[in-house]
Amino acid sequence: MPRVLLIEDDRAVREGVALALRRQGHEIAAVGTGEDGLERLRSFRPDVVVLDLMLPGMPGLDVCRGMRALDQTLPIIMATARGDDEDIVVGLEAGADDYVVKPVQARVLEARIRAVLRRAAGGAPAEGGIPKIDTYGELSIDRAGLSVARRGTPVPLAPSELRLLLTLSASPGQVFSRQQLLEAVWEHSYHGDARLVDACVKRLRAKMGEPPREPRYIQTVRGFGYRFVSR
Amino acid sequence: MRLVVAFALVAAVTAASTGALTFREARTGVLQQSQDTVIKLLRTHVDRLAPGLGFPPDEAGLGRFAADVAAAEPARTWRVLVTFGDLRATSAPDDPFEELTPALRAAVDSSMATVFQRVTSGDHTSLVVGMSVTFAVSGAEARQPSGVRVFLTVPQTTERSYVDALVTAAQRATVPALVLAVLLALLAARGVLRPVRALRDATRSIAEGRLDTRLAVDGADELADLSHTFNETAAALEESVAELRGMEARARRFAADVSHELRTPLAAMSAVTDVLDEDAARLDPDTATAVRLISEETVKLARLVDDLMEISRFDAGAAVLHLDEIDLAESARRTLAARAWTDLVDADLPPPDALRGRVDPRRLDVVVANLVGNALRHGARPVRLRLSDRQQPDGGRWAVIEVLDSGPGIPDRVLPHVFERFYKSDAARTRTEGSGLGLAITTENVRVHGGTVRAANRPEGGAVFTVELPLRRDEPGEGRS
Repeated sequence: MPRVLLIEDDRAVREGVALALRRQGHEIAAVGTGEDGLERLRSFRPDVVVLDLMLPGMPGLDVCRGMRALDQTLPIIMATARGDDEDIVVGLEAGADDYVVKPVQARVLEARIRAVLRRAAGGAPAEGGIPKIDTYGELSIDRAGLSVARRGTPVPLAPSELRLLLTLSASPGQVFSRQQLLEAVWEHSYHGDARLVDACVKRLRAKMGEPPREPRYIQTVRGFGYRFVSR
Repeated sequence: MRLVVAFALVAAVTAASTGALTFREARTGVLQQSQDTVIKLLRTHVDRLAPGLGFPPDEAGLGRFAADVAAAEPARTWRVLVTFGDLRATSAPDDPFEELTPALRAAVDSSMATVFQRVTSGDHTSLVVGMSVTFAVSGAEARQPSGVRVFLTVPQTTERSYVDALVTAAQRATVPALVLAVLLALLAARGVLRPVRALRDATRSIAEGRLDTRLAVDGADELADLSHTFNETAAALEESVAELRGMEARARRFAADVSHELRTPLAAMSAVTDVLDEDAARLDPDTATAVRLISEETVKLARLVDDLMEISRFDAGAAVLHLDEIDLAESARRTLAARAWTDLVDADLPPPDALRGRVDPRRLDVVVANLVGNALRHGARPVRLRLSDRQQPDGGRWAVIEVLDSGPGIPDRVLPHVFERFYKSDAARTRTEGSGLGLAITTENVRVHGGTVRAANRPEGGAVFTVELPLRRDEPGEGRS
């Protein structure tokens, strides 16, 4: 029973989306403002948040940042109007894992929620619960326990960031195109928005403490995509 | 430039010719006057002294007569020659009197009038005057020639210095006048040219879209008048363009606002269409039909609003490209696969990675899907999707996407309008599943990439849509970002 916190200011949309998601077997808490959303975060403890960026009062982007500050690993899906491009980029940099464009059909939203939850549940299937920890220099990735540490200190990653790192590091040295990563990590169609990948790489590098000019682990291959370098 | 040269030339020619003419007139005047004076004096002296000349004269008498005539001139510059038949005598002894030309001698022989000639030898000019001495015969009308001829030579030094002075004066007057005239001409030309240049620049500026361009108007001549007219025209133009732009912006904003306002209720409706579809089977038939209808039309309406918003964004210039370097063949393959068209369309694609370029993957997908969907709907199978590339003369590479169908083709009167919004090829045509904006959005998506799209009919039948996109590449190699 995945628990979804829905933050949407329009009553009809809120009710419609909540109704549809409930029928898909989700447990829903639906609120109309960002302030209420942050309030319910503690009491409801959602598995995933669906956040409309156009909110009265506290702007959606601030809600997103506030939630990230409280919980580094909580999956957040933004709902935006297509074309509000600035919002999408800023939203992704504020820590959103994915976005949907309104008006969205319930089944599309549902598919995105499932995808982001799968990301949260892990990348590669764990092999019989045996802890499998790969170490690359200062970086250690626990593929079963789904945790990452640098110099022994845990690095809290959002589901997309974790899934991205797991995907890249599964084949060190291999170049992945942005479109490939969109399919592998976000389960989007091939024609997805490469900005998702770029924003996520940026957040991941920051969390891993990569030097901005000379990333050590996740390198950009111009014109092709990204690759993980194990050293 | 031409104008400046012309002005300067006119001024220079005017000044120079004025100087030259003045000089000529003055010179003629000076010489004329000195001639007249000399001739008059000569006549007076000859008339006075001739009666004292015996007739027929002898050589000594002629000599005296010549000396007397020469002595009558106080300046002592006269040299006189008197002839009678073969006898000749000069005022100065043994004067060869070289200045006397045969022509003058002949002229004196043949006429009773006083004849003169200006003779220049070396660097000095002399005036030579010749006359016949006549006497009156009582009872006869005309005077009779006596056969005595008097010739006189006067050096023209004074006149010459006069003329020299005149030349100097003319030069001194003309050169400053010339300089002044040219300067004035240049000033005048500049006075004309400056406004003309300003007008040219202002016109160019208006043509480049700066409609607030105005000219400074000073003075009240025709040029100022022209500048004034220009300003009025520009102001009128600016006003009507601003009005048009305002109207257009309002219309655009209205379309965008309408789409935007429709989106929220549609978001609520779209969210529950799946619920309706699921439960329709459990309702009574009429209700089920109604519910399914609402669900279907909601989906269509959502797509229409989506397309409207897309077009509004293009119109507002707010469409942004999100470029990513991809393999175009792979992209086309996935476009077909995502819509389950792989088996319906005959795809002729280059091998993997042969055709890579920076495009907006989402927009490319829309372009290919719209064209293929259009061919499947309005054309007939087999539908072919062909991807190739073409080298430009300037070295740039272009991707060429062709979608061909085997239908009846596009009627000629429809062909120019296929890319228009909501264009119905047949007025009575019922709504298709398309929004009526598909090809218009395709066009915009191609254009925002800097490419072109066109429709045509193939000679062997069927329609062909051709998209050409410039292929830009990232610099391959290691990059840091």
